[in-house]
Amino acid sequence: MSESAIVIENVTKRFGSVTAVDGVSLEIKWGEIFGLLGPNGAGKTTLINILATLLTPTNGGAQVGGYDVEYDGKNVREIIGVCPQEPAFYGHLTGRENIEIYGTFHDVPKTELKERTADLLRKIGMDDHADRKSKEYSGGMIRRISTLMALIHNPKVALLDEPTVAMDPVSRRAVWDFILELKKNGIAIVLTTHYMEEAKFLCDRVGIIDEGRLIALGTPQELMDENNAENLEEVFIKLTGKKLREVV
Amino acid sequence: MKSRRIAALVKKDLKLFYREPAALFLLILFPLVISLIFGIAFGGINTGGETEFRIGIVNMDANSNNAGWSESFIGNLTELNGTLINHYDSNTTGQDDLLNGGLHALVIIPEGFGDSIESYWVSPLDGSTWDNTTVELYLDSGSMIASSAVPPMVQQVLFTTIYGAQAGSMELPIEIGSPSLIYVSDLTQWDFMAPGIFAFAAIFMIMTVSQSLTVERENGLLNRMGTTPVTSSEFIAAKTLAYMIVGVLQVSLVFAGSFAIGYQPNTTASGLLFAFLIVVVFTLTCVGMGLITAVISKTADIATGVGFIFIMPQMFFGTFMPLGGLSEVLGTFMPSNYVTHALTTLFLRGAPVGTMSVWIDLVVVAVIGIAMLAIGALLFGRQSAKK
Repeated sequence: MSESAIVIENVTKRFGSVTAVDGVSLEIKWGEIFGLLGPNGAGKTTLINILATLLTPTNGGAQVGGYDVEYDGKNVREIIGVCPQEPAFYGHLTGRENIEIYGTFHDVPKTELKERTADLLRKIGMDDHADRKSKEYSGGMIRRISTLMALIHNPKVALLDEPTVAMDPVSRRAVWDFILELKKNGIAIVLTTHYMEEAKFLCDRVGIIDEGRLIALGTPQELMDENNAENLEEVFIKLTGKKLREVV
Repeated sequence: MKSRRIAALVKKDLKLFYREPAALFLLILFPLVISLIFGIAFGGINTGGETEFRIGIVNMDANSNNAGWSESFIGNLTELNGTLINHYDSNTTGQDDLLNGGLHALVIIPEGFGDSIESYWVSPLDGSTWDNTTVELYLDSGSMIASSAVPPMVQQVLFTTIYGAQAGSMELPIEIGSPSLIYVSDLTQWDFMAPGIFAFAAIFMIMTVSQSLTVERENGLLNRMGTTPVTSSEFIAAKTLAYMIVGVLQVSLVFAGSFAIGYQPNTTASGLLFAFLIVVVFTLTCVGMGLITAVISKTADIATGVGFIFIMPQMFFGTFMPLGGLSEVLGTFMPSNYVTHALTTLFLRGAPVGTMSVWIDLVVVAVIGIAMLAIGALLFGRQSAKK
């Protein structure tokens, strides 16, 4: 196993004349929950997509679990679990079937898959609704299912793009508990979020990203102390001159 | 390629067909409904039945001294199977009925008709002594079958009237080995169209496949799958397999539906099996075209429009609408045309399965099918590659 779960080295991604990610370098350890904070269009999702092998960097490079995302994508895809910002699911399948098909994609043995799916559904409070067609779910319910689709195979690295958006407080708390449990298993977790309280509660370290650049990096407490701020939102305002929620 | 992943994807696609009423309609009921409607509309009920031609008669020679000849002519025409005779007093009333679709043909027996035949029999070998007259024949230009079938029928009746019923059994050193007109008229328009309809039903698979892929792309499912170990070849194999299963079901239903309304092709069980096989292979071609359509269409709405680029030529130049001329030349480039040709050869001409031309048709359809699928898979793989 590689020393670091994720290594990002001077990654830049351009789409024509637009620079979405601008020279970002970062290392994330095994068992660490890392939060990427920033407004829409800051480059968070682009960075996640590069780590998920969906995009190739224009410059620089990244490794996940020691595998290069550009040249060793097959191995990367075997160890990651990705929860996209917009939950992508098969509406005609039930929640349980959506989770199980992703387990099958990752070769989870059949019996183990059934047991694990049932266990996860219970943990995330979806066991009563698991056999309904997922197109009938509320936004919060489908996000919980989407999170499980990403994690059913016990990935070594979880990339969660705003996993708790549109969730009610109870559901959000259930997901937080679940993420903390994953951390105990040594999984490295990268999550993007708009919610400062989420970042403060969950993340060992956070990186603040704005206009593609990583402008601050550290534990939530370090960033608050360095910037003489009472919370992460204040840190963000002081660093960028923008209010995080206004641009959401 | 991992078979378990492919099986999971196939199962996922098949669940759509029985859980979503719209998908079920498009894939299964639509072709079935189309074939039933065409079958009923073009006379497929009750083992086809005989086509009946409504022929109007205006006898302007009824009061002549030799009126017996015109009466004999009308009698022979009435006795002919598949004709229903209406009598009119004048050309005008007959023409009105013809124009309004009440008749397939109008026959005007001229004044002097009987005299003309009498003059012939007085001197059969000296044409200069005959009193020539002309039987006017007006046809319903809206009916393709009437236009082609009625003139030889009238000619045959005229021949029988002049030479007698024994004329048909005159011994000649040379015989024409064609089937009688009455035998031909037993076939309904549906019988001629059915081979094309079987190919037609599969054509809409192009739209279904392209819609399925573009919807998955629009909903972010393809992107999400791109973060898993599933390869694009596994995905394409699963899509192809799922739609081939649906295709087999679709073809079975269309065949069963056609037989249920009385379609009886002139072939054996092996002929039916071959027909089934070639239509299923054609479905493979349509899946390939669906993949190509999906690749060049950004959204499901666009795919609907782009799909018609493949659907319309297949339909007009290859199935049940032979327009002749340039369309037949263009038809040689359409795989559906080869399916229709093979099915026509088996079902209408009654050729055995061993006939070389139907095997050539099958090979052509299979080669085009594999090529289309390969191009579709290649383009899809390129599109799925990282950006």
